[in-house]
Amino acid sequence: MHEMSIVTSILSLVREEMCKHGVTRLYKVRICCGELSNVVPDALTFAFEALTAGTELEGAVLETERVPLTLRCGACGQVFAPEEQRVLATSCPVCYECFGHVVVTGRELHLQHLEAE
Amino acid sequence: MEITVIRPVLEANSKLAEALRERFAQHGVLVLNLISSPGAGKTSLLERTLTDLAAEGLRMAVIEGDPQTDNDARRVAATGAQAVQINTDGGCHLDSGMITEALASVPLEAIDILFIENVGNLVCPVEFDCGEDAKIALLSVTEGDDKPEKYPQLFHRAAVMVLNKVDLLPYVDFSVETAERHARRVNPELTVFGLSCRTQEGLEAWYAWLRKAAAHKRSGQSA
Repeated sequence: MHEMSIVTSILSLVREEMCKHGVTRLYKVRICCGELSNVVPDALTFAFEALTAGTELEGAVLETERVPLTLRCGACGQVFAPEEQRVLATSCPVCYECFGHVVVTGRELHLQHLEAE
Repeated sequence: MEITVIRPVLEANSKLAEALRERFAQHGVLVLNLISSPGAGKTSLLERTLTDLAAEGLRMAVIEGDPQTDNDARRVAATGAQAVQINTDGGCHLDSGMITEALASVPLEAIDILFIENVGNLVCPVEFDCGEDAKIALLSVTEGDDKPEKYPQLFHRAAVMVLNKVDLLPYVDFSVETAERHARRVNPELTVFGLSCRTQEGLEAWYAWLRKAAAHKRSGQSA
């Protein structure tokens, strides 16, 4: 449900960037979203289509790139990708500590690039 | 033409949240963002807290977020505290823009604690910073002890987990130990309070935490 407000934010960034670069026709927008960003890519695409329909951006495509989760071990500092994505409490491959890991990647929600003319 | 951007999608909200945080710090107001499922007892916890702590002189206000109606704001206002209702019109969370608008009717110079009662939802509100000092995750024992495992992000980012309705523990299959263990797995620093707004057991520990946090925030102002 909150994908609607996320797409609204994406569109205002997109319009700002298009204006800055003097382009008027949008072809593609790429978003990178981390495993923990609480964003469902299909819902994002759906909201993007709904919110661009009938506007100057109609027909543009939204692509999402998933950023996998990596953690820094709370005990030994090893950075690792947990076997099961989205699980914060998981055993470190080096020292087997399960708790207190810090999220290194996976929380991103970034506008990455645009294709426009 | 390809334009590489790399900008956080929620940049606008984050900027507003930082501006709010600065305003709250200037006034030494402690701001707590209450997040739970619908029906966990956010409003009941506020009714009790506002009534009991107002009696000892703490000044508090509430910003209420609901998809529809001002029922909760009326319940809160009945305690004598100031309540501002935000209707999100179906929206699933509050954001910093809505809080900024609501602040037009909250006298920050005249309060010690501002509670933000978010829309009942364990997912979306977590993503939208409202300039708060801490997120408070409220979980009631009728919801099941697996919630911290199912919704780890809220418990990972919350400073406090309040377990409400502990008077019902004899009647439900809820293990406080399991809920705490799962929550602490993702957040070893989490502070946990078990209480019942109905019987009032356990409220004192929560109040002690609030008093301390409010005093700490206030002293930050003069420092």
